[in-house]
Amino acid sequence: MNTMRTTPVGTGAPVGTGSGQEVTGLARINGPLVVVEGVGGVGYDDVVDVEGPDGDIRRGRVLEAGENLAVIEVFSGTSGLSVGDTKVRFLGRPMQVPVAEEMLGRVFDGLGNPIDGQPDPLAEDWADINGQPVNPTARLYPQDTIRTGISAIDGMNTLVLGQKLPIFSGNGLPHDQIAAQIVRQSGLLTRGDSNIGAAQFAIVFAALGVKHDVADFFRDSFSSAGSLARVAMFLNLADDPAIERVVTPKVALTLAEFLAFGRGMHVLVVLTDMTNYCEALRQVSSARGEIPGRKGYPGYLYSELASMYERTGRLQGREGSITQLPILTMPNDDITHPVPDLTGYITEGQIVLSRELFQQGIYPPVSVLPSLSRLMKDSIGEGFTRRDHPHVASQLYAAYAAAQNARSLASVIGEEELGVVDQAYLKFGTTFERDFVGQGPRENRSVEETLDRAWQALSTLPRSELTRVRDDEIDAFLGHGFSRSEAGRSEAGRSEAGRSEAGVQKDAVSGRAW
Amino acid sequence: MIGTEVDLQRVGDLTWVNGPVVRARGSSRIKMYEVVQVGPEHLVGEVIGLDHQMITIQVYEETSGLRPGTAVYGTGALLSVELGPGLMSSIFDGIQRPLPVMERRSGPWIGRGIQLTPLYRKREWHFKPSVRVGDAVVGGAVLGMVPETPLVAHKVMVPPALSGRLSQLAPEGNYTLEDEIAVITDDRGDHSITMLQRWPVRNPRPYRSRLRPTELLVTGQRVLDTFFPLAKGGTAAIPGGFGAGKTVLQHQVAKWSDADVIIYVGCGERGNEMSDVLRQFPELRDPASGRPLMERTILIANTSNMPVAAREASIYTGVTLAEYYRDMGYDVAMMADSTSRWAEALREISGRLEEMPAEEGFPAYLPARLAEFYERAGRVTTLGGDRGSVSLIGAVSPPGGDFSEPVTQHTRRFVRCFWALDKDLASERHFPAVNWLRSYSQYVDDLSPWWTDSNAPEWHELRERALEILQREDHLRQIVQLIGADALPDDQRLVLETARLLREGVLQQSALDDVDAYTTIDKQVGMLRLVLAFHDHGSRLISKGCPVTLVRDLPAVERIVRIKQMVPNEAVSQLAMIGQALTAQMTELERRYS
Ligand SMILES: Nc1ncnc2c1ncn2[C@@H]1O[C@H](COP(=O)(O)OP(=O)(O)O)[C@@H](O)[C@H]1O
Ligand SMILES: [Mg+2]
Repeated sequence: MNTMRTTPVGTGAPVGTGSGQEVTGLARINGPLVVVEGVGGVGYDDVVDVEGPDGDIRRGRVLEAGENLAVIEVFSGTSGLSVGDTKVRFLGRPMQVPVAEEMLGRVFDGLGNPIDGQPDPLAEDWADINGQPVNPTARLYPQDTIRTGISAIDGMNTLVLGQKLPIFSGNGLPHDQIAAQIVRQSGLLTRGDSNIGAAQFAIVFAALGVKHDVADFFRDSFSSAGSLARVAMFLNLADDPAIERVVTPKVALTLAEFLAFGRGMHVLVVLTDMTNYCEALRQVSSARGEIPGRKGYPGYLYSELASMYERTGRLQGREGSITQLPILTMPNDDITHPVPDLTGYITEGQIVLSRELFQQGIYPPVSVLPSLSRLMKDSIGEGFTRRDHPHVASQLYAAYAAAQNARSLASVIGEEELGVVDQAYLKFGTTFERDFVGQGPRENRSVEETLDRAWQALSTLPRSELTRVRDDEIDAFLGHGFSRSEAGRSEAGRSEAGRSEAGVQKDAVSGRAW
Repeated sequence: MIGTEVDLQRVGDLTWVNGPVVRARGSSRIKMYEVVQVGPEHLVGEVIGLDHQMITIQVYEETSGLRPGTAVYGTGALLSVELGPGLMSSIFDGIQRPLPVMERRSGPWIGRGIQLTPLYRKREWHFKPSVRVGDAVVGGAVLGMVPETPLVAHKVMVPPALSGRLSQLAPEGNYTLEDEIAVITDDRGDHSITMLQRWPVRNPRPYRSRLRPTELLVTGQRVLDTFFPLAKGGTAAIPGGFGAGKTVLQHQVAKWSDADVIIYVGCGERGNEMSDVLRQFPELRDPASGRPLMERTILIANTSNMPVAAREASIYTGVTLAEYYRDMGYDVAMMADSTSRWAEALREISGRLEEMPAEEGFPAYLPARLAEFYERAGRVTTLGGDRGSVSLIGAVSPPGGDFSEPVTQHTRRFVRCFWALDKDLASERHFPAVNWLRSYSQYVDDLSPWWTDSNAPEWHELRERALEILQREDHLRQIVQLIGADALPDDQRLVLETARLLREGVLQQSALDDVDAYTTIDKQVGMLRLVLAFHDHGSRLISKGCPVTLVRDLPAVERIVRIKQMVPNEAVSQLAMIGQALTAQMTELERRYS
């Protein structure tokens, strides 16, 4: 997408001190960095305009400010710059972007310039892209369950309004489809004391170095769900300048914060692919000659990622919320790689996709054992979803882990040699993957159906194996699973009416979210 | 510490800004570790390097927009904390700024250059003297008491370095932190004492002598108390990959342990976890007193999105507060989640200084810093003659969950409890995911007398036997993976069965279940006794030819697994009934096979 930009963002932005300082000539160019000498009093992290010999203006940022020297990263790269003829203008303030409600429904490049052919949105405010850290005492602990209609998520890794829950994926796995399905199907489960539902919903989508067809896929998906007018898209695509990616998520989150906490909206932020962001950061770091941490990524990658992922959540006394759904591809499917590893240390869980399940044709191929939702513990069960939910989820984890053991034993001694209990676990594993995890990309299950399917899978096991669920839950729900399985599996999207006899409460969805 | 009451002097001019590290040229009189204020916004920083005219400073606030040429002000003071009534129930950031006050000042987002005193000056506290004018007093001696919260009586102490004769003493009454409550006279003259004192965070507070840690820190967590116990005044590390359960385990210890005072340091972790604590602790009740847990807790929150240098300071801020309450004669437990983020803060600062790294980019002084930190734990006789302790529990977050990395490895050298969390256990939701084969406690022998005094003289033996069964299970499982469990002889299958009861009935403990979350010592020992009684009796039955399946399927056996949730701590006598039922059923079986 347009690599040449003549109208940088921020032309209308308020000016800071030290603005206007202009230097002609660079001391050095090194990869994405330029070094300027003979400048004084340049602010660290200040934004600069770099004007190349042919008059095009590129945005950049000060990474290091000395008495007489400044190191600058140029977002669109240094190709075509010369040491002699390049002008650097210091704007005297950190990078700011305009934010406005009318940015919904629009498409921007990775720095926030409109690229949909329409005029610049009228700024309601200008905001520093770095944001500011939320005071932990000002946070409201997120507890409103979102129903995604996907059993592997709703049943075992519940998503909560205001959560940051990434998808750990691999190249070629259907993470985009899953993210789109979540966006399409998500609804808030009503709670007695909750008045959410009246507020507006919005989506902020940031593409970080992904291909055009990925961006198109999401656009079509938003459009077919009728939510395009509620989406702001920030696109830094694979053929856009790589270094620009280090600011794109920040620009997107700055708008999200404005919409959520300035305008009371519930904002879902989809960032894809965070691995590309990290690689851009690594490129800058190595050009600076910094001491690398693991796999060449800079030691501050954790803090950098945290400064973005933590821009999520809810605030006391304010209406809106930010929920983040970052997507990242694990290089080599390796979950210990620094990008998924550091992400998992910051986010409130992770949805891990499995190539093996994908190859078996199971959609969504969610590998439930390494997946986790940390906010689930306070948002399910009596009064939230259904009273058996916490124990059933725990039982599924235990049983599926046992099924995996039985499988590896079967591969050694043969299935026939297995004891009866292990045989039962094999059966459980298959049923669980096929009927619980597996579902259609347009299948939208109620929480009740999800839990009933869980019991149905568990009914393949001897009752003595069900040590994590309570006796009274077994009595109330296990038979229920049986009768349903005898009646045949429910069709995709079938009406849920009339099936609440054993359910504690029917899940009422207070309207679609995104 | 935040120089509101100090004379500011321009000591230098900024020459270089690189993230949280800045340099200035200036006065050679500035001190190492002195607190400075940087730039027009007076951002708080600390001197971390001096080289001729060059001053290197780590800045505790975001430095965006800071420019060379602007002023650096000295405060003359080392990075210190304020000590006095009002600490308890507070929540501070890494350099002891009160976060709720900050929120009132700058809204939900943390602004820059906000100067706040950690302790509120205007409030009056009720001081009741416990000494008399004319008494000779030494550093650390208690001058009087202030009811700080219903759970904690604050002892106002003579500052450590001072001793002399008490020449004036305020009568019982209400005073603010800055009112003079005593005057101590020594050969240098009169010294005015208030309830507000300061201490530099990087210096350990002195004590009279060290004591052996011989008392259990009762946490109510079975895998800890029964299997890998921590002594009061001891050190423990909790290494584990993300999602392994470090934070929940630390929260459990903060909630349920029988320490008098809890210092919880959230160092570079999630904001929502702090709000979770703030939501729960005022509601949850201390099991011993029935009072809200917040009344004995101080929180230090420097979350991952807050400035990285303050993360480094937060650990020292926390441990200094811990030592202060130790000096009052309390048992203090401090949790640090996560010490890896602290180590990474060191690495980041070091990297920006272009210091020569040792392993994986960490500075060569990492092990020394870790050792110094854990050395501040201990059970001591205080200067005032009381007994107090600081227990330190640090979470460690190894990259990729790999324990061979430097922070885990070095931490291991300096702690005596190692609670190794296991990813596989966590993924099957066996919590706490403390791996019973890789974890250890070096306090077991020191604590045996404590258990004997607590009516469980056989604890040592029960524990050893249980661990041995778990070890045999591990060994057998490797065989089972090749041939299946059914191919094993019955006595070995009984080992698997007993180990299952240990794992599911004893080791696994849900933090989310009202009954299971906390288990008294009596109940812990009772459960272990039952499982081992089952094993002994079962072995006898099997040697008489009874098939293991009959033993396993006895109705009483399943009840053992459910004791943790079904038998409340107060109803521990029910264990005897379950034991009797078990014995009866097994004796009945035995009759058929003799
Ligand atoms: N003792 C426990 N009981 C129940 N659930 C637990 C327990 N420990 C951990 N968990 C579960 O594991 C999740 C991750 O635990 P956490 O302590 O946040 O991990 P870490 O700090 O190691 O990343 C929690 O959200 C919770 O669902
Ligand atoms: Mg944690």
